[in-house]
Amino acid sequence: MILFWAALLAVTILLYVLLDGFDLGVGILFALASDSNRRKMLAAISPVWDGNETWLVVTGTVLFGAFPAVYAALLSAFYLPLVVMLCALILRGVAFEFRHKALPGFRWIWDLGFTGGSLVATFIQGMTVGALVEGLPMKDGHYVGGTFGWFSPFAALCGLGLVLGYSLLGASWLVRKCEGPVRERAYQLLPVLTIGVLAFLATAFVLALSMHLSLMNRWLERPYLLIFPLIGAIASISLLKSVQRRDDLAPFRYVALIFTAAFGTLACSFWPYMIPFAVTVEQAASPKESLTFMFWGAGLFVMPLTLAYTLVVYRLFRGRVLDIGYD
Amino acid sequence: MVWTALLLSRVQFAFTVSFHIIFPSFTIGLAAWLTVLEACHLVTRKPVYRRLFEFWLKIFGITFGLGVVSGIVLAFEFGMNWSRLSEVTGPIQGPLLTYESFTAFALEASFFGVLIFGRPRVPPVVYLLSTMMVALGTTFSAFWIMVNNSWMQVPVGYALENGVFVPTDWKAIIFSPVVWVRFPHMLVAAYLTGAFCVAATGAWYRLNGKFAAEGRLMLQMGLFLAALLIPIQLFLGHLNGDYVHDRQPAKFAAIEGRWHDEQPAGEVFIAIPDEAAEKNQFELKVPYLGSLIASMRLDSKEIGLTSFAKQDRPPVIIPFFAFRLMVGCGLLMMAVAWLGSLYLMTGRKKGETLLLWATFLSFPLPFIATLTGWFTAEVGRQPWSVYRVLRTADAVTPTLTVGAVIASLIIFVVVYLIIFSFGTLYVYRLLKAGPIEASHPLPDNPKRPLAVAGGSPVAEIAQRSRT
Repeated sequence: MILFWAALLAVTILLYVLLDGFDLGVGILFALASDSNRRKMLAAISPVWDGNETWLVVTGTVLFGAFPAVYAALLSAFYLPLVVMLCALILRGVAFEFRHKALPGFRWIWDLGFTGGSLVATFIQGMTVGALVEGLPMKDGHYVGGTFGWFSPFAALCGLGLVLGYSLLGASWLVRKCEGPVRERAYQLLPVLTIGVLAFLATAFVLALSMHLSLMNRWLERPYLLIFPLIGAIASISLLKSVQRRDDLAPFRYVALIFTAAFGTLACSFWPYMIPFAVTVEQAASPKESLTFMFWGAGLFVMPLTLAYTLVVYRLFRGRVLDIGYD
Repeated sequence: MVWTALLLSRVQFAFTVSFHIIFPSFTIGLAAWLTVLEACHLVTRKPVYRRLFEFWLKIFGITFGLGVVSGIVLAFEFGMNWSRLSEVTGPIQGPLLTYESFTAFALEASFFGVLIFGRPRVPPVVYLLSTMMVALGTTFSAFWIMVNNSWMQVPVGYALENGVFVPTDWKAIIFSPVVWVRFPHMLVAAYLTGAFCVAATGAWYRLNGKFAAEGRLMLQMGLFLAALLIPIQLFLGHLNGDYVHDRQPAKFAAIEGRWHDEQPAGEVFIAIPDEAAEKNQFELKVPYLGSLIASMRLDSKEIGLTSFAKQDRPPVIIPFFAFRLMVGCGLLMMAVAWLGSLYLMTGRKKGETLLLWATFLSFPLPFIATLTGWFTAEVGRQPWSVYRVLRTADAVTPTLTVGAVIASLIIFVVVYLIIFSFGTLYVYRLLKAGPIEASHPLPDNPKRPLAVAGGSPVAEIAQRSRT
């Protein structure tokens, strides 16, 4: 049962990263676009962003229900960054509704909120993962690092890395959904972003190995784990090729594969720890009465149903956003 | 008063949760009303329903968005500010919130996209179904929140193991009688909020002599529904009082402003409770009525606050006045709804303008009633987080610093003020523009190529019609 919920948590985190990742990425790229292109970029994500962001709440509540000790420790440890991330998500979220209702002179406020919110939220998400990899100051399962104990140059590097990563996801989504100048611009950015993300991932991996000897041992003892970085490498090559071919549908799939491989690498590196080298999955898990209660309803029934109608909604909004020429 | 991280966390939670509840209490009712409108249009084919639907959908979009983004904050605040609480009650509260996010958030968020952007892409029946799914999602959300909060009010179905609340009986938790009086109370409150906002908008148009057909329909649907629901709500409120009387006597005594045990007990209508002196300054009190209301007898003994140790008493001022405000709003709403319905049914003209003004001005009442109702319930639960088991002081994150909470509180207040002011402004503009015919007819046929091409037809049209 604990394994099931650990796996399901992994799935919801991955879904969040892939889905909200592309719309946050579009939000970051929004800064580089002209006003007429911005409208199309927004149209490419408007119908689905809310559902995407819900996976963050699902992840949070699954963590709360299945691993309350980790929920309590992590959320209180990252207190201030999370406050800022939540407000960033608020500002970008309301921009979808507010932007076209604002008078033209005020639109810049929501454009700023949208792109700035996307950027800040992404940076903080990357930073928290970085801080976790580096290792939080923990004692007896509780965070003891103080208000800013999570900060480190490595964490900030990971924040930047995720900004690149989500931008890559966003660009690969835009070549799928848009035409004309937006698609062209996204194609120009794709190779640059890919190289940037790969460089970051390699650097972060080496730095993480040099920080934790135990991590190094794990990779030396179980070389078959290298399958994950290998998948990532192959996906990257295929990605660059698909960009050359101008195969609009392929890039997003390959970027998603890169993210999945990176996520797998991370998970395998630290299993069975949820908070690296401080709290294990077993230690954090709720009593089995809680896990089974969640399993028979939410796990077995509602989760597949949710995935099903998420797919239906995505199919409904498939295809390109065309320029209707209202200007 | 010392500004500790505990007190500041309470202020912050009160602020963020109060801000949030304004929106769901409106959108739960509005989603149901949209479903009704869409169904009416499908059956009768009258364009007025469609115009109203498109009009309220725009308002729904803004308010729903504000509800979503302010709700995400709450899902995190449990762990951020109340880490001790979430650690020990996680096995019970966590699964309940997991069910909420799966059954409610995912449902409403996914189909909300269809509602706003999907009209040209799906057949009318599927669109109606999507509207229903959004309404269902908002209702589920209210349900799980009420289960969760009711468990904190009256904890059942658990055993304490090493200080951790381990669930032993989920049926007892979900089907707790407390849930089944509080959930309907909240749901009807939401429907009343929707009904009054709709009726007030109708009254406003009538006063301005605009949108006659839509205005009349809104006034009728809003006021009739409210007239029907108000007595039910008062009865549900009474049942809520019963559970508080039986399960939370200290809260009950605070609401009643009763300092000492009384037999028979009087009912304090209004007073200025003085916590230091443990008595009321100036009170207006009716003998026997307190016993009658609390126990349906004339001679029952009712417990006063001084029967509880000082550290176990809730603050008195807030529950005492919040409760009276809530009841006052309820009675005012009843007067408006009943009188208004009477006027509508008889078609009487004399004094109609006055009544329209009253209806128009009554739109804040359901919001105030909902907020003060929650203040009564939550402040009255103090000093406990989980009633009589876990103190709020023991629930707060132990490592939280005063500086950190001051910073977060300031950030939240600033951001919320910004989005609230602009949100209100945009809703006001939409209301002022009214249910105008879209300058670009909305496509009914999902197969029309132009419609399929539109990424965001509603948004685009909303924009066009304004400029």
